[in-house]
Amino acid sequence: MSIRSVQLTRRESRNAKNARRASTVDEQMVAPERGWKRTTWIWLFLLPTIILYGIYTIYPIIASYWYSLVEWNGFDSEQRFVGIANYQAVFADPFFWNSFRITLLFMLLVVPARVLLSLLMAMVLNSPKLPLVGVLRSAFFIPVVTTTAIIGVVMRFVLDPASGPVNGMLQLFGLEGVDFLGDQKTALPVAAALYVWKFFGITMIYWLAALQTIPRDIYEAARIDGANVRQTFLHITLPLMKPFLIIITVLTIEETFHNFDLMYTLTGGGPYFNTEIIEIYIYRWAFAASIPQLGHASAAAVFFGLLVAVFGAIQLWAVYASRRMRRANP
Amino acid sequence: MTHVAAVTRPRSRFLRRLPWWLGAAFLVGTAAVWVFPFVWMISASLKDNLEMFSGGLNLLPDTLVWENYVRAWNDANFGRYLINTVVVTVITVVIVTVRCATCGYVLARYRFKGSKLFLGVLIATLFVPTGYTIIPVVKVSMQLGLIDSLGGMILALSGAAYVSAILLYYGYFRQIPRELEEAAVIDGAGFFRTFFSVMLPLAMPVTATVAILTFITTWNSFFLPLVFSFSRPEIRTVSVGMQAFVGETATDWTGMAAAGVISILPVVAVFVFMQRYFMEGISGAVKS
Repeated sequence: MSIRSVQLTRRESRNAKNARRASTVDEQMVAPERGWKRTTWIWLFLLPTIILYGIYTIYPIIASYWYSLVEWNGFDSEQRFVGIANYQAVFADPFFWNSFRITLLFMLLVVPARVLLSLLMAMVLNSPKLPLVGVLRSAFFIPVVTTTAIIGVVMRFVLDPASGPVNGMLQLFGLEGVDFLGDQKTALPVAAALYVWKFFGITMIYWLAALQTIPRDIYEAARIDGANVRQTFLHITLPLMKPFLIIITVLTIEETFHNFDLMYTLTGGGPYFNTEIIEIYIYRWAFAASIPQLGHASAAAVFFGLLVAVFGAIQLWAVYASRRMRRANP
Repeated sequence: MTHVAAVTRPRSRFLRRLPWWLGAAFLVGTAAVWVFPFVWMISASLKDNLEMFSGGLNLLPDTLVWENYVRAWNDANFGRYLINTVVVTVITVVIVTVRCATCGYVLARYRFKGSKLFLGVLIATLFVPTGYTIIPVVKVSMQLGLIDSLGGMILALSGAAYVSAILLYYGYFRQIPRELEEAAVIDGAGFFRTFFSVMLPLAMPVTATVAILTFITTWNSFFLPLVFSFSRPEIRTVSVGMQAFVGETATDWTGMAAAGVISILPVVAVFVFMQRYFMEGISGAVKS
């Protein structure tokens, strides 16, 4: 069976599936109830989400904008409207731009390693002939389920220059001990490496899921046609993975914005603000300062939210683009 | 020809399998390095402080020092923190599962005014970071009198977007054939019963996935519990307790290792027992 014919049958089955899906959704069903009773039930079912999600997600998104326009220490009820003064203060603060730079730098360090290395590992662990696949998958996945804040604390011990096992190992080989987290040069790369270690497994599972969408018979056909490993990868795996590459990359980028837990427990933003990501900057101004400045912190938060939103928009575009790609070129 | 093939096959099969076994051996080595920090933590939790400093690399303790666990459990309050974490996690999982199931069901099966808008708003907030919403969440909790309480922490945690959970239910309910619902209606079931005795049981795989994902997220959450327990240390969860432990007694490393084991073990156990649902759930999210 040639690759072409496999593609054709796959496309046919997909079309059939789409047609079936359309019929179940569009010609809406005989509903259990009709009229106002049904409407009441619908809103009753939505109520928990509307309340919780409204109070704790939608309201905060909007309120942040208001908070960013006032001067407020959070204790007294007095909120003084100051317009865009907070934004001016944030943008004039070199520490804010430092945290912005650190956040992006961290992303640049982490994303390629997570996306590409985990693809390689997933391809290895996807092969049906490899023994112990289940055990290996679980081993690489375990750091994902463990508590990030605790990993941060434990890693401080593991990397401790005086008594940690890593430095002990270095000394065993006659090397000089390194203060991995206390040194300005190494702190961010080490934190990035730990982050990759911690979340590598989840990207690997994304890739395994993506790889499993490729039918085995395509590979068999290629093998019979005499393709070697490199050719198979370049001409089959890679083109079929292209839509997933976009989705997984953007997903991973989005995830790197949520690393308060690790950074705060690992370095607390130090040494000398060298690992202070925006989330820690916000935390510092809103909760850790002796006189909290919620307006200032909110202005930083709004800017951060906009940054994430830009990537969110890219994400949505990527999902649509990859869907189209998969449909046009299965 | 066939004769020769028959003779050489067993040996060549062994040779053909050999590279795979070598590869597996290499990967097992890598995996051992991968899980080393956990092994080290368990080992450190059973040593005394002196031995941990002197024999840092030796993984097997000379004598098993169980007192570390007693100290972490009683003196460092990890017994209390563990109970807090279990309470917060279990209730949050129940709330999130029910609210996402009902919401996903209604969105998937009914057209109503604003349903498209509702879905659009949900998707727009797919990735709201905690760092962005934390200040208003704390302020609104203060106004509602919910700050500094486990209840407030639970509500704030279960109010996080969880859009992907809703979308998982949405996708699943959309592809269930409508004959099942019709049959339920003919049997006289109302809206509520159709959902709880027909549709929700059908969605068991999704429920398992959402419950496990929520369990792990909530158990491991740090930012929100940290801020919610500033002035009431007794409502700390294990992740916050661990952080506080470091600040209070920077010398009791073996006690901290024991506390770490106490905090991580339950979530790893849940994962080991339920990993099939977990992996399938993540896979499903990527494919759709």
